[in-house]
Amino acid sequence: MTDKSTNRADIQRRNFLKSGALLMSFSLASGVNLMIMNSGANAQANAKIRWGLLIDANKCSPECDACIRACANEHGWENNGKLTDPQWIRKVKLKNKQTGREVSLPLMCQHCEFPPCVDVCPTGASFKRKDGIVLVDRHICIGCRYCMMACPYKARSFVHEKINNQKTTTPRGKGTVEACNLCVHKLDRGDGITACAQACENSGNGAIIFGNLNDKNSKISRALANYPSVELRDDLGLNLAVRYQNI
Amino acid sequence: MERIKYSELSSGTKLWWAAAILTIIMAIGAFAVFKIEHYGHIVTGMNNQIVWGVPHIFAIFLILSASGALNIASIGSVFGKQEYKPLARLSSLMAISLLIGGLAILVLDLGRVDRLIIAMTTYNFKSIFAWNVLLYTGFLGIVAIYLYAQMVRKEQPFLLKSTALIAFLWRLILTTGTGSIFGWLVARSAYDAAIMAPMFIAMSFSFGLAVFMLIFFGISALGSGQYTAQMRIRQARLLVIFVGVVLYFTLISHLTNLYLAEHGGYERFILLDGGIYSFLFWVGHIFIGSILPLILLLHPRLNIRKGIIILAAILVVLGGFTQLYVIIIGGQAYPLEIFPGYEVSSSFSDGIINKYTPSYLEFMLGMGGVGLALFIILLGVKILRILPVNLSKNLGYENKLDVK
Repeated sequence: MTDKSTNRADIQRRNFLKSGALLMSFSLASGVNLMIMNSGANAQANAKIRWGLLIDANKCSPECDACIRACANEHGWENNGKLTDPQWIRKVKLKNKQTGREVSLPLMCQHCEFPPCVDVCPTGASFKRKDGIVLVDRHICIGCRYCMMACPYKARSFVHEKINNQKTTTPRGKGTVEACNLCVHKLDRGDGITACAQACENSGNGAIIFGNLNDKNSKISRALANYPSVELRDDLGLNLAVRYQNI
Repeated sequence: MERIKYSELSSGTKLWWAAAILTIIMAIGAFAVFKIEHYGHIVTGMNNQIVWGVPHIFAIFLILSASGALNIASIGSVFGKQEYKPLARLSSLMAISLLIGGLAILVLDLGRVDRLIIAMTTYNFKSIFAWNVLLYTGFLGIVAIYLYAQMVRKEQPFLLKSTALIAFLWRLILTTGTGSIFGWLVARSAYDAAIMAPMFIAMSFSFGLAVFMLIFFGISALGSGQYTAQMRIRQARLLVIFVGVVLYFTLISHLTNLYLAEHGGYERFILLDGGIYSFLFWVGHIFIGSILPLILLLHPRLNIRKGIIILAAILVVLGGFTQLYVIIIGGQAYPLEIFPGYEVSSSFSDGIINKYTPSYLEFMLGMGGVGLALFIILLGVKILRILPVNLSKNLGYENKLDVK
């Protein structure tokens, strides 16, 4: 029994890492299918690309939560205010202690180049794709939560209870850890934008720019080249894919 | 010279009662495991802010005690102190059992207990956690061989000496690994410090010796085993040194943090206005777990009394639990400093002290691990010749200091 499940986990992982546009499905229970949109993950995970986000705090309206709703809707998570509820992206309100200036901004997995969560994960379930997206392989996550201890941004959530009505594109599971996956399924199918960035654009605020940090001509790279930006906890030297302006 | 004789624990009503009680405690632990496994961690008090809770305190306490309990054997075999040799077998058995108990808690608290085989076969060698899995299993194997070398009919001095030395070095590396689980967490003000590793080694010396003394008192109370006054008093003096060393490391770690402005908030939280955490630090760890046992064990008349020594060992254990509570829970309760210089708020507990109320299931799981460790020790002393039975003046063990 154990051997069988290990083999299955190994195969899943291999597929997850190497396969082309495979669509696999698992029967979890009668009538419930966990679809793993594996996405061409790797066919399309191009090492020449580094996906990133640039967030302009000045343009982020304190009342707006479009990005959070879009993310929750896209990935099927829900936060009802319980301490055990997941939160892949959150709005943080900041008030400068010296000047009193207030801004708000969305905070999610920063997709570090040197992610502490990947370093500490005992099984390698936390991993970084070639295009810089940091993910959790739900098939080998043992639920130890060490990555949550290690993340400087509190970007990860642990699934504390059984989940129903999952999105087929975002497999989740009780007893494993999850976080923003930069809408990997959308990128792999060629949407070219994350749900949060799309929602922000639609709201008219335009506070989030998504794009390829390695492409000098991309909108995000041009904005970064022309205006000052910061990384959160840049003292840690993690080289983040998410940058902020006007904090 | 007369050889030390060892014997199994003799059967008796007390022994069966002890076994029955431990079985019930293990069953309670198993109940907690099934409940958490079935419903998920929603039934515990742990949450997305306090991700490690009471089970981890029990687990780390047992793991530290395991390596510390081996000190008695090491002092005899590695450092050649004859008077510790009769207890080397018990010390090794305890090291193995306490580690199994601690690991059981850690493993049974996983979100996916069913994937244990993945944890055992898929390694990320950059993870200190993965290294700890190897260090723990290696420790069990090495101490088992060491125990064999002590008990084998035909003495093999080379095997004994070499396994004793390897086990001693291994336990130092193992506790370095346990401390580094916290020490290498760059994200949090409470951790991210190289001192965690040596401090955990000091804690393991202290907790391990106190636990060893208490368990040996317990076994002696069951009718077997000679815990001579000489041994007890010698160990009590050793405990003074270990408790003092833990205090020293605690002092240095807090002084260092206080010197750095960036950690000022965390220090203020732990030392001054952290509510339960400040209370546990000062009253639990510093007073009950350190100052009080030091007073008792340094008092010229009290420090040879059996009851006082037992009390001091109990206080050290209680202090150890509170110290780990402050380190593990307090360290997570203090908010992450993502935006230095800003007041922050969000719907995900940013900028506030994180709340945690442990559930009864967490204590049941933790106690289950303690029960398992004690049960294995009891089984070991019952079926193996672990306990010395002829400690007499001829062997240099006097009882004249015995004061009830």
